[in-house]
Amino acid sequence: MIAALRRSPPAVIAILLVAGGLLWLMAHQVTAQPGVPFWIGVLVLWALVWTGNDALSGLAASSPLAMRLRNLTVPAIFGLTLLLLWQLIVKGFGISPVFLPAPSDIWTRITTSFATLEADFVQTFMRSVLIGWALGSLSGFVVAILCDYWGFLRRGLLPLGNLFAALPIVGVAPIMVMWFGFDWHSKAAVVVIMTFFPMLVNAVAGLQAAGHLERDLMRSYGASYFDTLVKLRLPAAMPFIFNALKINSTLALIGAIVAEFFGTPIVGMGFRISTEVAKFNLDLVWAEIAVAAIAGSAFYGVIALIERAVTFWHPSYRSRKDQ
Amino acid sequence: MRESPSMTLAITAQRPSFASALAAGHAFPVAVIVAIVLVIWYLAAIPMNRVLTQPLIDAAGGGLMNTLSISWSLPRPVLPAPHQIIAELWNTIFTVEPWRPRSLLYHCWVTLSSTLLGFVLGSLLGIALAAAIVHVKALNRSLMPWIIASQTIPILAIAPMIIVVLGAIGLTGLVPKSLISMYLCFFPVTIGMVKGFTSPDPMQLDLMRTYNASTAQTFWKLRWPAAVPFLFTSLKVAIAIALVGAIVAELPTGAQAGIGARLLNGSYYGQTQQIWAALVAAAVMSSGLVWLVGFIERQVARAMGAKP
Repeated sequence: MIAALRRSPPAVIAILLVAGGLLWLMAHQVTAQPGVPFWIGVLVLWALVWTGNDALSGLAASSPLAMRLRNLTVPAIFGLTLLLLWQLIVKGFGISPVFLPAPSDIWTRITTSFATLEADFVQTFMRSVLIGWALGSLSGFVVAILCDYWGFLRRGLLPLGNLFAALPIVGVAPIMVMWFGFDWHSKAAVVVIMTFFPMLVNAVAGLQAAGHLERDLMRSYGASYFDTLVKLRLPAAMPFIFNALKINSTLALIGAIVAEFFGTPIVGMGFRISTEVAKFNLDLVWAEIAVAAIAGSAFYGVIALIERAVTFWHPSYRSRKDQ
Repeated sequence: MRESPSMTLAITAQRPSFASALAAGHAFPVAVIVAIVLVIWYLAAIPMNRVLTQPLIDAAGGGLMNTLSISWSLPRPVLPAPHQIIAELWNTIFTVEPWRPRSLLYHCWVTLSSTLLGFVLGSLLGIALAAAIVHVKALNRSLMPWIIASQTIPILAIAPMIIVVLGAIGLTGLVPKSLISMYLCFFPVTIGMVKGFTSPDPMQLDLMRTYNASTAQTFWKLRWPAAVPFLFTSLKVAIAIALVGAIVAELPTGAQAGIGARLLNGSYYGQTQQIWAALVAAAVMSSGLVWLVGFIERQVARAMGAKP
């Protein structure tokens, strides 16, 4: 059936639209305790969407644009189906919102408590995460350059850096709160420590990534250490540095939120999550999580876009074959 | 976006371990750096504890000796000196029976047990997901982006919610904490194992086809052995974050037991030495666990006929 479907894109799109639309309607209309036929209908529609999505993922793309569109649509449909099933199951089985709120309830909460969410977002993301991430990555990068210049420092610091990169660094949060106070400075300090070592380790590895041939060429040009660094070795290190920036973007969000569990003024995503959980206001908690997930993904995505622009020469971005 | 996690693993794989770095002539530079850090630490303890020590030093009549001895022996310092942390470790490990809640070993065991349970569950889930992704084409396209997206959610931030919600339905103790470790663990294992299961080159897969091998035979005789190096690299990453997950999961449980509880209690009551001792214990456990996985890796590699 899938093989037959793959030959006719309009049929695939029609199946996806009709089955998905019906599933959407059912999720919209569902009330507590529907009968068995309802659930059979849900299962059939889900199977149809799954089949359609499977066929869509196998469609031959005629142009790069169509391929990109297809590669974006398949996971989007998968995610939307999950959200619809979540809604159907929570509403259909009448699961208490204390245990798991439905997506529609979370959305209502996002629109009604927008001011709270915004204040928390500014406190946690714009202050602790961004400032800590920038400071930690920058200092890791500077120390990596120093390590590169003095081999002794590299041999001494790198084994320690590798050791520290595997440690549960988030545990320093109580100490930082004690030193820098309850406001965002202590959270930024935790983020700085967490992001320092991945950047150090990756940047040192990246600075050694330039090939011997290219280095010999620079030497035959009579290039100074600084020239070689700026014109050859830093560009060659960029994939590693961006890799560290991406790892750090996730670490920074986690670090800032967890550090808020140890004491904070009455604003911030981590604070909100821990206090609202205690009051069983799970819809607000899930709203915070949604904000964190969207902010985290956007942060990661922006870094990935900049990476693509800076390291356009890297093999992984050159004309990718259909995969 | 799909390249980055595997790149992380590749870099982790190239890293020299702490022990091998020492053996390869790094011992002297490392010792010098450690010595410098210790000196800075001792010196920093003087100004950082100044707020607390100033009246005491004045009362003792000032002078260098008084400054040093008072700065480095406060009961609740802002920054404890290294020897105070060692003393705290000695007192909580060797002078108390390990099954008392006063003992640090007791708390280590509480954290370690949920770490290990979560690690085993997460690794099994990760391997199973990877095997499914490799064999079912539609899963590769639809599930993989969501596995990556699932990690942009700060899972540790949900930890308190999971603990409280599971506690509300009567599930407390070891299992909820392990679930959080499991959620953190499965991701690197899935990413690494998908890479590992697809690492045999087309020639080898073609050979299996000419032998008329079934999918299961190809899996067990070719894909699985080929994935073993990837497995251990991912397991090393996984066990380290499993420990972090277990520690953070202990924070909202009302601080009953475990390394996380020690950290939280220490921060409530200003017991800095207790916080630092718990941090050292966590560091030792983390590097010990990573070393253990590396040790098993070397044994397995030898059993599989790898040249040392």
